[in-house]
Amino acid sequence: MRGITKRYPGVVANDHIDLTIKPGEIHALLGENGAGKSTLMNVLYGLARPDEGEILLDGTAVEIASPSDAIARGISMVHQHFMLVPVLTVAENILLGEETMANAVFLDRKEAHRRIVDLGRRFGFEIDPEAKVGSLSVGWQQRVEILKALYRDARILVLDEPTAVLTPQETEEIFAVLRRLAAEGRSIIFISHKLYEVLEIADRITVIRRGRVVGERLPGATDEGDLAELMVGREVELTVDRGTSHPADARLIVSDLHVRDDRGSEVVSGVGFEVRSGEILGIAGVAGNGQDELIQTLIGLRRPVSGTVTLGGQDVTGHLPRAMNEAGVGYVPADRHRWGLVLPFTIADNIVLTSYYRRPFARRFVRDEAAIEKDADRAIHDYDIRTPSATVRAATLSGGNQQKVVVAREFDRDLQLLILDQPTRGLDVGSIEFIHRQTIAKRDAGTAILLVSAELDEILELSDRIAVMYRGAFVAVRDGRTADKNEIGLLMATGGVDRPAEASTEASA
Amino acid sequence: MTGASTGASTGSRIRDVTGTVWAIIALPLIAILLAFGVGAVIILGSELLVGEPFDPLLPLTAYAALLQGAFGSFDAIVDTLVATSPLVFGGLAVAIAFKAGLFNIGAQGQFLMGALAAVAAGVAVSGQPPYIAIPIAVVAGVLGGAATGFLPGFLKAVSGAHEVVTTIMLNYIAISVLAALVSGPLKVPGSPSPVTYDVGNAGYPVVIGRDGHIGIFLAVIAVFVIRWLLYRTTLGFEIRTAGANPDAAAYAGMRPRRLIVLTMVLAGGLAGFAGVDVALGLTHQMTSSFGTTVGFDAIAVALLARSEPIGILPAALLFGAMRSGASLMQIKAGIPVELVDVIQATILLVLVATPVIRRVLHLRGTQNPLATSPTISRSYGSESVL
Repeated sequence: MRGITKRYPGVVANDHIDLTIKPGEIHALLGENGAGKSTLMNVLYGLARPDEGEILLDGTAVEIASPSDAIARGISMVHQHFMLVPVLTVAENILLGEETMANAVFLDRKEAHRRIVDLGRRFGFEIDPEAKVGSLSVGWQQRVEILKALYRDARILVLDEPTAVLTPQETEEIFAVLRRLAAEGRSIIFISHKLYEVLEIADRITVIRRGRVVGERLPGATDEGDLAELMVGREVELTVDRGTSHPADARLIVSDLHVRDDRGSEVVSGVGFEVRSGEILGIAGVAGNGQDELIQTLIGLRRPVSGTVTLGGQDVTGHLPRAMNEAGVGYVPADRHRWGLVLPFTIADNIVLTSYYRRPFARRFVRDEAAIEKDADRAIHDYDIRTPSATVRAATLSGGNQQKVVVAREFDRDLQLLILDQPTRGLDVGSIEFIHRQTIAKRDAGTAILLVSAELDEILELSDRIAVMYRGAFVAVRDGRTADKNEIGLLMATGGVDRPAEASTEASA
Repeated sequence: MTGASTGASTGSRIRDVTGTVWAIIALPLIAILLAFGVGAVIILGSELLVGEPFDPLLPLTAYAALLQGAFGSFDAIVDTLVATSPLVFGGLAVAIAFKAGLFNIGAQGQFLMGALAAVAAGVAVSGQPPYIAIPIAVVAGVLGGAATGFLPGFLKAVSGAHEVVTTIMLNYIAISVLAALVSGPLKVPGSPSPVTYDVGNAGYPVVIGRDGHIGIFLAVIAVFVIRWLLYRTTLGFEIRTAGANPDAAAYAGMRPRRLIVLTMVLAGGLAGFAGVDVALGLTHQMTSSFGTTVGFDAIAVALLARSEPIGILPAALLFGAMRSGASLMQIKAGIPVELVDVIQATILLVLVATPVIRRVLHLRGTQNPLATSPTISRSYGSESVL
């Protein structure tokens, strides 16, 4: 890619970017949210047209007008959010758009199955083409996405944050697959925010900042600090100094909590724990082990079947979201687009999303626009939200800035309990640093913090205590400063082989 | 240097603004033009079928007559405004529901019940002085519509029954209730046809021309009141949040069920006001065939206006003009008034096919994944579509 420039109203997303990918190379693309990585990849994949510049494939200039163009030329993309149909089988998903036909009407399933199984073996995994995609783990779904690309004979494979949703073990497995692909002479463009991963897997690293290439590094000749500095443009503390915490009285006490999911099956089975004031309790666990329902119960969106929740000495079991909010519970959701923001609304409206009905933002039932905007301007300043104004729609902000809007709303008041659900998912190092600092500050101000994440490093970095959640129960609690990453990873994946899950559900420290 | 750069940025800002304006009005305009094009084709086609001497300019003649019928004289303009006013109320009734992510297809039923209640109350107080009679009849009509809107809202809140299904059913129930009451308890004794008494002093006073009644002004006021409600009150904020992101609304403690009921009551009340407008402003009594399609046209009005209260005014005016100009078109060009229905339906079809049209015409908003989110089924016109 040579001299790629793409302008959007008000911004130059790509400013004369040159990028060369060699055959058989794993090339990492690093950059903050909004640095222009996605735009560049969209240009390559035919989703956006460059204003200037050209794409050369094997030395000849090509024009890529659409994703089908890109696929025809051997360029495939695996999106961060999988584009799979859960109710279809692995084979059906792979065949979508690239049907292997026996005749004009019917699919040649046999031939397709054979090719899928062969492809899988070639890259080191056995896959059942008849399995429903919805029943697969995220790690396997990702392999289906990769298979989809290989089935179309992709020579250049773009992976957009492939490890964001994987456990450390799954990540290792995917890396093995990627190395085999590269060994076959295929090129891989690997987009990630996780510096250590990039250092581990990449053959070459290109760093983009504000639409420009600011550096190229070989993994042997650099380190995380160097890369982070390149990305952000200043020195970054990769791990915030968590200092010492001073846990005081038990703020949140949960005992013998049972919660059902929407289908009525019990997904939280007798969880009991406490979080003290000025303490961070991390809950580690593979997604889908009851964390979501546990959190929903704590913020009032779900009624528990039995058990009690006590906050600051008061029984708040089964209270509604507004009551929980007023009792001083803050919440940063993992899926900010679904739970945290109203994307078509302005930043100001999003900041008052939970307090819009109170003074000074409303008098009786009439909104006070001036007060709302003033508060938003203050939050934009205090939380360093990069935006032209408070009246910009949240949808137009980058992921990091969107998350800062949520953080501004949830952190910026007197809190008893702060629930953070994967608060830095998909964010760049600069934003992560910011959010971690704010979290530590909140802890030191005496808030009880519950941190839920599939991102083990985050949990290890911040938590005073770590509880591992497996199939609706806490299977282990470890001290946050001495916990062993591999042990926790193993507990997350298996629930602990030698100990029955029931034995340790009462896991208060 | 600085001068040049500010000049350039002002230029691009103007481009941005015109671009935004274009993005908002392009689709409705295209829909309208396409619909009139389709109407023209149908006129030409019918000529061929009938086998009269072929007049290729007949569509133009017809549309000219339509225009003349709608705006050709002072009386014509007043008639157009009179036909527009219930569409404004109806359009608001559908639009406010869209804003909350609800599809109120039952505006017609709420409209009929509103008219019926207004007439029933109006007849009862027809002898009172107007300043007493009119408010009573208006309130009765609005309550009638609101009650009809409450039912589907309540059903959805308690059982999840989809409002599209329940409101369609209620449309039929409304027709039957109306027929039963007008030929039963409300019928003028001894009258050969099913018809009620006149509402007398409860009728709207005429303030412009032959029959330009005060409903015209009430409709304009209603637009601004609803706009204020949606954008300046906490309730409006809740309605818009529930429509744009129900999950975030629930998290923010907004009580979605209560909002559904409340929004449907408001929508029903507005549709009822449309009924009041026709009953007290125009017909002054009720017959069993009272059944203009205001409630259905209102859906098209709301869609055309993209559920924005201000947009309801031009959209309702367009449909009102077509309705009131159609008879002159029939007289002068021999084209049946039903052509207006064809045009209206085509506008609706085009609007519902929004994502397709955006893609074909490369309109702005294609990159925005929100623009292609489910439209009509959940929240056309709620902010998730814009």
